Amino acid sequence: MSGIPHDHYEPKTGIEKWLHTRLPIVGLVYDTLMLPTPKNLNWMWIWGIVLAFTLVLQIATGIVLVMHYTPHVDLAFASVEHIMRDVNGGHMIRYFHANGASLFFVAVYLHLFRGLYYGSYKAPREVTWIIGMLMYLMMMGTAFMGYVLPWGQMSFHGTAVITGLFGAIPFIGESIQTWLLGASAVGQPALNRFFSLHYLLPFVLLGLTIVHVWAFHTTGNNNPTGVEVRRTSKEDAAKDTLPFWPYFVIKDLFALAVVLAVFMAIVGFMPNYLGHPDNYIPANPLATPSHIVPEWYFLPFYAILRAFTADVWLVQLVNWVSFGIIDAKFFGVLAMFGAIAVMALAPWLDTSSVRSGRYRPMFKWWFALLAFDFLVLMWVGAMPTDGIYPYISLIAATYWFGYFLVLLPLLGVIEKPLPQPATIEDDFNAHYAPKAGASASAKSAE
Amino acid sequence: MFRKLTLTAATMLALTSGQVFAAEAETEIEDFAFSFEGPFGSFDQMQLQRGLQIYTEVCSACHGLEFVAFRTLHDEGGPALPEDQMRAYAEFYEVYDESIEDYRAATPADKFPAVTGAGAPDLSLMAKSRAGFHGPLGSGINQLVKGMGGAEYIASILAGYHETPECAPEDFDGYYNVAFAPGGYPEECLDDHGHRTVPGSWIGMAPPLWGDDVEYADGHSTELHHEAQDVAAFLMWTAEPKMMARQHAGLAGVILLIMLSVLLYLTNKRLWAPHKHKD
Repeated sequence: MSGIPHDHYEPKTGIEKWLHTRLPIVGLVYDTLMLPTPKNLNWMWIWGIVLAFTLVLQIATGIVLVMHYTPHVDLAFASVEHIMRDVNGGHMIRYFHANGASLFFVAVYLHLFRGLYYGSYKAPREVTWIIGMLMYLMMMGTAFMGYVLPWGQMSFHGTAVITGLFGAIPFIGESIQTWLLGASAVGQPALNRFFSLHYLLPFVLLGLTIVHVWAFHTTGNNNPTGVEVRRTSKEDAAKDTLPFWPYFVIKDLFALAVVLAVFMAIVGFMPNYLGHPDNYIPANPLATPSHIVPEWYFLPFYAILRAFTADVWLVQLVNWVSFGIIDAKFFGVLAMFGAIAVMALAPWLDTSSVRSGRYRPMFKWWFALLAFDFLVLMWVGAMPTDGIYPYISLIAATYWFGYFLVLLPLLGVIEKPLPQPATIEDDFNAHYAPKAGASASAKSAE
Repeated sequence: MFRKLTLTAATMLALTSGQVFAAEAETEIEDFAFSFEGPFGSFDQMQLQRGLQIYTEVCSACHGLEFVAFRTLHDEGGPALPEDQMRAYAEFYEVYDESIEDYRAATPADKFPAVTGAGAPDLSLMAKSRAGFHGPLGSGINQLVKGMGGAEYIASILAGYHETPECAPEDFDGYYNVAFAPGGYPEECLDDHGHRTVPGSWIGMAPPLWGDDVEYADGHSTELHHEAQDVAAFLMWTAEPKMMARQHAGLAGVILLIMLSVLLYLTNKRLWAPHKHKD
């Protein structure tokens, strides 16, 4: 499966051979676990395992929650309280699930920004990147629909706002919104279908996870140098890599345990910190909360949605050119989805031949600014839309697009990259030098 | 005794950046010291019982607790009323029974009746559906240190009825409360820039507690601040009845995961040592 030369599974005993000729499943597991992995991977390469674990955690806790939850507008809120008060361990399971969504997004953002910095999206890993982007979109959809299920005030009014985004599409928007909600307004049909999809999509996500892993097992992992593993021979490859089991399994499990200790502290001591208090008020169509704020993990893109108001000249220009078809609201929706689209197009927008940001002296700073920009967007997304906030949103949103559409293509042309190590082995040995005496004496003895 | 802290994002912003930011309602939320705060905190059983008494004698006239079952008053980690007292308490209430199509005395399995007559909100989840602390800059990061502040918010409202400020007209609707943000606000109390000159707003609820409203069996002070704090603690329990169990699970989980981390760290170190030329 892997393009990196390594030893494959050889059935030895009779029963192994018997099974292998009929179903090579042991071989599949063996090759997956023994995948040659660049030995210089740093601690930013642990988030994939955290994500895989979190997906399983969410599915496991979710299945139990469904056993006690009722997807009905009059009963949903009370059924969640039933879980919190009457179901054995229900309060823990629900808090694991609710905060699990946040863990999921913390991990996915770190995973994603790691990919952006070390150029993991570049050839030949574009397909891995694109599948990852699809998974990210699917995660957002799943998380949003999950937030609707408790049928609190934020669930209800958030649904109205988010489905209203589709209503901004010219001509067909209203029909699409009605189609999504199953009615002209948020109500029972919406709750039922969101429940159905919230249960379905994680399994699609699981399927995509397998394809995502398959894709990068074919190309091999990227690594902090961005230099490829030598494929000239099995021996050369072995100098650059170590098998995934046990080296990276144990390393990743250690990191996972640390992350889970923090997660456990949040679930145990402050499980509502990341949620919005208004969602403990049963949904009331007649009373709109003063601020409708999405969950923290949507805030950066929510900020981009709100950044392009009708008084921005670009919005006015587009409005004029499109004969008024693209108004400010639709422009905002396009910007929000566009912000994710430009990220997905990074493999083709980045013109630099150097993969890792480590050897790109200019890129490094612009990337750091992008990470900061992301945090600014997250903060400003929760702020009101008056005073100075719209200006901050606009500047931050503009930088987001500027980074992908202008800086990535430009930097590859004007930047003079630093020298890269010839091999991964060189990079690894530069950190963990072989004992000078040992290798020298070995040579002198020859 | 009580650290008095005036906060909200608006206050911070007003201090740091003058007129640029739109003024939001400024409120005074006292950071009460509750026994259940922090990872090692726990509900004070006597305080919960005093709070239950205030709820019963004062609040229950207008507010329901529709998600709280009477049997849970007997639960460990809550008010923990003795079983006979809990049963006797339940019998005070009448609930509508659909099977007999009539009202009957409540049993431990029943929930507190919903009270809808006065249009007052249900209190079951009040302590989780309000956050007292929002700073700095509206980020809510200070909740990491202070907690969400739901109980503080309730206690501050109950103790936050102040003398009506002079700027307000005599007949303005509601009661002036320094901790309440979303209520009515007279135009006369805005300055030339449209900013509010007094904290809080006008709340629809008449002052429910004045001090000495009840007589505590345990002889605890019935000063207004104490009463407000007791009932706020009780409402924190009704909102999060499994808080003690959750904190214990959290503590056990964190300790076990830290131990596991240490073991995995050592395993990892040993495993990699030969390849990092450290053996």
